[in-house]
Amino acid sequence: MSAPAAGVPAILYCHCQYAQVVPPEVKAAVLKQLCDSNLPFEAVPDLCELSARRDPSLQRLAAAGPLKIAACFPRAVKWLFAAANAPLTPGTTEVLNLRTLPAADAAAAIVHPDLTPNLPTGKVTQADAPASSSTPSF
Amino acid sequence: MALTDTQLRVVLYEGTGAAPIESDDRLTAVRSLLERGFGVTRAGAARPLAPADPSPLLVVGRWQDAPPATEPNIRWQSFDLPNLANAAEAARSGFAAPTPGAWKPWFPVIDYDRCTNCMQCLSFCLFGVYGVDTAKQIQVQNNDNCKTNCPACSRVCPEAAIMFPKYKAGPINGDVVSDSDLNREKMKIDISALLGGDVYSLLRDRSERARSRFGKERDSDKALAERQKCLTKLAALAGDIPPEVLMSLPSPEEIARKAEEAAAKAKAALANS
Repeated sequence: MSAPAAGVPAILYCHCQYAQVVPPEVKAAVLKQLCDSNLPFEAVPDLCELSARRDPSLQRLAAAGPLKIAACFPRAVKWLFAAANAPLTPGTTEVLNLRTLPAADAAAAIVHPDLTPNLPTGKVTQADAPASSSTPSF
Repeated sequence: MALTDTQLRVVLYEGTGAAPIESDDRLTAVRSLLERGFGVTRAGAARPLAPADPSPLLVVGRWQDAPPATEPNIRWQSFDLPNLANAAEAARSGFAAPTPGAWKPWFPVIDYDRCTNCMQCLSFCLFGVYGVDTAKQIQVQNNDNCKTNCPACSRVCPEAAIMFPKYKAGPINGDVVSDSDLNREKMKIDISALLGGDVYSLLRDRSERARSRFGKERDSDKALAERQKCLTKLAALAGDIPPEVLMSLPSPEEIARKAEEAAAKAKAALANS
């Protein structure tokens, strides 16, 4: 586990609007927590769509300094940004995986001021998986 | 609509010169905008926000005075919750920004930490999704050519380097890759080999056999039946390739031609790398 990064992170929330792969109760809990807080945040309907468009907003977000992203698997998020010529900075980016985190944990983590960088570097294998992550087979 | 067009972003402004918005209204506003496909920035003072970009903006707030004058890519509007989504849609239309959600964003994402540039994906894909850059590095060039819900190319990748983030399961969805996943990928390829080398050579061979069997009497119905039989067998083995994707494949002759083109492209890229 990496050490917390210095600086208060900006917040990015992905609603994964065009697929039903994130549990609705998790999205609802995170969005409510964000809106109940007095924090500024960025919310996008679908990171995949922005990546496909190579939308310049991804470069803006990647350049924001410390960044906490509520979306899906960190490996996917890392390369979605990279595909849009907006590489994330490994040392200052934390991705909360809304596909696997319980709603209460995700909601608490998104507004927490500490940032624990967790972008994968190098080949990601099972040894890199957090203990709480479920890894369904296919 | 080009996939490079920049989308409208809505800013909920609650800083200096505007009254705060109640949290319930804020939640309703953000959720309704997201569900209509609009990005939202909630601007405040407690934490940093990302810097501005050239996106067209609709800035809404409970203004204490008259809102600032409209600028070329910024519109200002009073917060009116019941009409907010419609106001965003009107602004999107006014800026000629793309309609969100017009295309389901289903496309391959390459994990370059795992990719070995073997070009199997380029050789496999018949829809021109893959190409190479000037350094002969594989890349996704035409993501809107990808067939929705089809993860087939990820199954031929020996390194499990191709992700579809909206796929149901790992490692294709971006989850970590286990040894058993890699073995499973190899197994998929072995299944393909059992079918006759690869999917497209199978189709090509069947096409050849059909041609010799039916000769000039071969009609389009028989050709279609042959293709359906082949594709049904493939779908049963692959498990999750949508039938409509399989049926949207080009004709066997076109498949053969495209497969040869893709293989030549991949071979050229490998030879020059």
